[in-house]
This record gives sequence, C-alpha cells and structure tokens, in this order.
Amino acid sequence: MDFLNPVINGFAVVLEPSNLLYCLIGVVIGMLIGVLPGLGPAATIAILLPLTYNVEPVTAIIMLAGIFYGAQYGGTITSVLLRLPGEASSVVTVFDGYQMAKQGKAGTALGLASIGSFIGGTASIVGLTFLAPVVASFALDFGPAEYSALALLGILLVATISNGAKTKALIAAAVGLLLATVGRDIFTGESRFTFGNLELADGIDFVPIAMGIFGLGEILYNLEERHRAAKAPSKVTNVWPSRTDLTQASGAIARGSVLGFFLGILPGGGATIASMASYAMEKKRAKQPERFGKGAPEGVAGPETANNAAATSSFIPLLTLGIPANATMALMFGALLIQGVTPGPQLVEQDPGLFWGVVNSMYIGNILLLIMSLPLVGIFVKILRVRAAILAPVTALITLLGAYTINNSMFDVTLVVVFGIVGYLMKKFGFEPGPLVLAFVLGSLLESSLRRSLLVFGGDPTGFFTRPISATLLIVFVLVAVLPGIRTLLAKWTTAPSEQPITTKIKEKV
Amino acid sequence: MIQVSSSPSVPAGGGSRPAAPSGGNAPQAPGDDVLEDLTPEQLAAQWEEEKPPAAGALANAASSLVVLGVGTGALVLSVAMGLGTPAAPEPGLWPFMISCVMVVLGLFQLTVGRHNRDAEKFTRMSSAPLTGLVTLAAMVALMPAIGFELPALVLCIIWMRFLGGETWRSTLLVSAIVVAAFYGIFVLALNTSIPHLF
Repeated sequence: MDFLNPVINGFAVVLEPSNLLYCLIGVVIGMLIGVLPGLGPAATIAILLPLTYNVEPVTAIIMLAGIFYGAQYGGTITSVLLRLPGEASSVVTVFDGYQMAKQGKAGTALGLASIGSFIGGTASIVGLTFLAPVVASFALDFGPAEYSALALLGILLVATISNGAKTKALIAAAVGLLLATVGRDIFTGESRFTFGNLELADGIDFVPIAMGIFGLGEILYNLEERHRAAKAPSKVTNVWPSRTDLTQASGAIARGSVLGFFLGILPGGGATIASMASYAMEKKRAKQPERFGKGAPEGVAGPETANNAAATSSFIPLLTLGIPANATMALMFGALLIQGVTPGPQLVEQDPGLFWGVVNSMYIGNILLLIMSLPLVGIFVKILRVRAAILAPVTALITLLGAYTINNSMFDVTLVVVFGIVGYLMKKFGFEPGPLVLAFVLGSLLESSLRRSLLVFGGDPTGFFTRPISATLLIVFVLVAVLPGIRTLLAKWTTAPSEQPITTKIKEKV
Repeated sequence: MIQVSSSPSVPAGGGSRPAAPSGGNAPQAPGDDVLEDLTPEQLAAQWEEEKPPAAGALANAASSLVVLGVGTGALVLSVAMGLGTPAAPEPGLWPFMISCVMVVLGLFQLTVGRHNRDAEKFTRMSSAPLTGLVTLAAMVALMPAIGFELPALVLCIIWMRFLGGETWRSTLLVSAIVVAAFYGIFVLALNTSIPHLF
C-alpha cells in the first residue's frame, strides 16, 4: 500500500534519538504544568517558543505537541485529588473524580482517566492518520478566495465560541488583525503603523506577542489570585482499575473518543468543549443520572477520553488546511512559521517526514504518558507541593531571558513586557486573549488572500459567491455571526430573564 | 450552546479556601470538611461566588472607549495611507476595513454591552501584579547596564517574600538557587549573549 509508506517512514523520524528525547521532554513538561494549577498549556507553549529556534521543525513541534496533550493527562490529577482542576479541560472531572477519591477510589479514578486518555488519544491519532490526507488533498484546489473565507470563518468561530462577551472576543480578534498589519505592506512595500520606528519596519514578531499576552499576561494575572498551597494528598494506591470498573466505563470511553475527535476538528472546538460535551452526554445517557456528581466512573472516563481525543484531532485543521482551530494551535502555527514551514495542504506531500513524524510521535507520547500516569503517578502527586509563590518568579524569569535569546535584543524583551501588560489588562476587562493571537497569526494570510482574490474577481466582492466552497463558507460565516443575536432577541421577547435554569449557569462558569 | 472558559487558567476554585500561609507548616485550612459534599451545581455556584468582584459599568465604558480610540486612530491613519479601490487596493484599505469593524464593535460594546459583568474590579489584590510589573520593568531597564543577575535576584526576592508570602529563609535560599541555575543554563551551558555581570 503506497499510502502507508510515508506513515511508516514517519516512525523512522520519531525514533531518532533527539526526537524521542524532545517528545519525552514535551510530555513531562505537559504533565507538570497540568498538575500545577496556574499556567495552562497555551501559556507554557508560548513561554517555551524560544527553545524551538535551534532545533529541527519536526523536533520542535513534537515537543510542543507533547506539552499540549501531556497537560490533558496531568490536569486530571489535581481535579481528582484536590478538587482543583489543573486545566480548564479537566473541570468536569472534578465533579465525579473528587467524589471517587473521597470514597477511597482515587487510584481507580486516575487509572480510568489515564486509560481513557490513552485510548481516546490513540483512536484520535488513527483517525488523524486516515482523515488528514483526505482533507489535505481536497484542500489542494483551494485558491485565495477559499482561504479568505476559511480564515474569516476560523477567526469568527474561535471568537464566538470563547466564553464571556462575544463582542469583546471579536474586538480582540480585530486588534490581532490590526497588529498583523504593522510593518511593510506585502504588495506595495509601504510602511504601515511603524511611526518611523526601525524596529517595527519588518512587523511585530509573533513570539513576543504570544509570550507577552499568553505567558506574562497570565503570570501577572495569577499573582492576583493567590493559589492555596496544595496540601499533599493522602497516598494514592492501586491505580489499576478493576475489570468491573473498566466494563462500566468502556462505553463512556468509546463515546468520548468519537465525540472528542469530531469536536476537536471544529474550529473553536477543542479539549475543553469536548470534555463538557462528553460529561453532558454521559449524564443524559445514563440509566441512573443521579449517580453523576456522586462518583460515577463514567463521569471521569468519558470527559478525560474526550479531551485527549480532541487535543489530538485539533491538529487536523492546522496540518491540512493551515488554519489553527484554537489558540494553542495558533501557537503551533507560529512555531512552524518561525521554522520556515508553512502549514497547509501541501505539507503532507512536500514534507511527509514532518507531517508523519509529528503524527506518529503522538503514539510514543501517549505511551509515555500512560507510563507516567499509572506506575509513576506518585511522583507527580509529590510535585503538587511546589508552591505557586516559587513558581511565579521562575516562569517570569524564563520568559524574560527566553525572549532575549530570540534575537539577542532588549527590544524583544520590552515588547514582551508591553504585551504582558496588554494581556493582563485584557483578562481583567474580560477580553479573551486567544482570538487576538489567532487573528494575528492568520492576519497576513487573510489580507494577502483577500487582496489576491479581489484582483482575480476584478474588485467585485460578490465574486466570492461564485465559487461553491467559498460561498458555502461565507454563508456559514454570516449564519454564525447573525444567529446568536437573533436568538438573544427572541429569548428576550419570550422568557423573563429570572427563569434561567441553573444548569446554564454552571455551564457558563465552567 | 455550551459556554466554556477557554482560558487555561484555573477557575476561581483555585482559591476556594483561605490561602493557607505557605512556608511548610501550613495549618489545616478550616472548612475542609464543611465543603466536602457538594453537588456539581453547588460547586459551580461556589466558584461563581468566589470569582473576583465584577467591575461596574464605568470599567466597561472605559474599555469600550479605548477600543473606540484605537479604532478611530487606525481609521484615520489608514485613510491617510490611501485606500484605493477593491480592484487596485492601496496599503490603507485592509487596515481601514479592520478599523471600521473595530469602531462598530466598540460602539456596540459601549451601548449594548454596558452592563456585562465579565470585567473584573481592581481590588487590593491588584497591587500584586502592579508590583510584579514594576519589578519586570526595572529588570528590563537595568539588564543592559548591570547584567541580569542582581535584578533577577531582587525580582525573585520581591515576588517570593512580598507577593508570595514565603518565609525569609526559603526566599533567600530559593532565590539564590534560581539565579545560579539561570546563570548556569543561559551563560555557562547555552553560552547566550544575555548581559551578565560576572
């Protein structure tokens, strides 16, 4: 089978010692930051971007991907043991995981979660292996018109699916697009928004923006909310779930894998939404829904499976279309661009080593994570004792010194601090930083494809509707943009605001 | 539609109990047992209560005005760059389109989104990020002159002792180790050109 040849060659890439090492480093860092409340995977990846400058592109992405899916494993541990979700995607695990721990079944909960995560992750890689080349070959015909529509839709979906005020998220996206225009105009070479500053003439680098807004912004924000020094939990014993537990949870794991895989592909989807949706689905399907919240194993296994499956499958739009589906993928996109690799449909054909290397590294990563979270879970439980007060200055220093090493310039460090202030203020005032970074990454692609397609259409914007794919995408764009407004208006007319059911409130919080 | 916090940070549940003074011998946080048996609904409600206080309409208006200001500024600058036509665009056209969207969104936020409660109030706790920021800025300013070691040490001490409430003993010990480790990694091992004193 010709199709499988590059897949098998990909394993040769993964098994190179340096790639294996970086895969291990990635998943260990991922587990660590998953366990430690505070920094999330996006912030960590942003802070560690300078580390990727001196390595091969495939090695860099293998490590960054490891951080991302490793965090999904690690976040479970604090959810179950301390009722503190280490990551947003593990919030729903708290409900049943902590109850299981209270009943003395902490080990079972952790074991089920890791086995579920492993199965979900692996199933998702298999899906990725078969689906990604198909999507990529379909997208090979995409012209600038399709790319403009796709990028617009991606930004809109990420902005509207984020929590909080959608208007604010859209504003953040607009700021990101505007920041992307700073520097030389790609078509005319004229300087834009540089204010005569030579350092800005080539535009703002992606890395200082990401490090400032995601990294430093979050560090500053966390200073305000003092995290309780975690009490070392009672010893975790017997992480191997019994056969009855496994059979009870197997349905949830299977459903979580499929649900997570598909939610991960959707723009704006991702691990967090997948875990919520899986919890809701398991509760709805259960014969005794009242068990949920009181230590139902399905309530742990389902969401944990789904968040891993989604974390993996969210690589599909990035690696096949060149459109990041969420903020973390926007960081991967940026990391690839730094390396001179433009993700897109040609990637599978032109750089199969990178594509399959990254995909196949996830098998290895998931196996490593399974080992770390079953037999070695005790070590990570001990790490819970590290206090946020010590971690904060260390991460801040890593950010500053790392920023310096990008170009050996203090200007980058200054930019990081400036964007750190921006990121902190954005969080304070309820603006999501994710859409800004995503829009910034897609900004120049969007502008150039928009201008190129307008040239093709002779300046007539209705030309976008003459091509079937771009027309469909734009119609979806309009629907997504307009529907929520209409729905709110309808809701205002029909129901009194005080009658909101409690469930919607939970979902908003979580 | 499921609403999700896509922010990777921990929900306010992170501070669900009074911050135990750190330093090794933290006393058992009170209320451990009271809070044990909560349904998901109660837990969510509890997180909701512990969220930092929401800022009022004034803060929302202020942020909308900033957006409006930036949008208008960009609008003026992009018109000055020249718009051209869709068939033959000049550099200003694309920024012009974005800034138009920004102005519209800013106006919308100013009028309709006035009473949203998603902005957080600045409280007494907000002095911590401010202090942190001052130390970071000082470090950026001092690094080219006196190297990174001393500013980094001071930053560690301030963040651990005053912002984090560590004991003096662990602060000094850990700060020294941290700075030494950074020196080892960035100067000795990686041989980067970070300005250093020693």
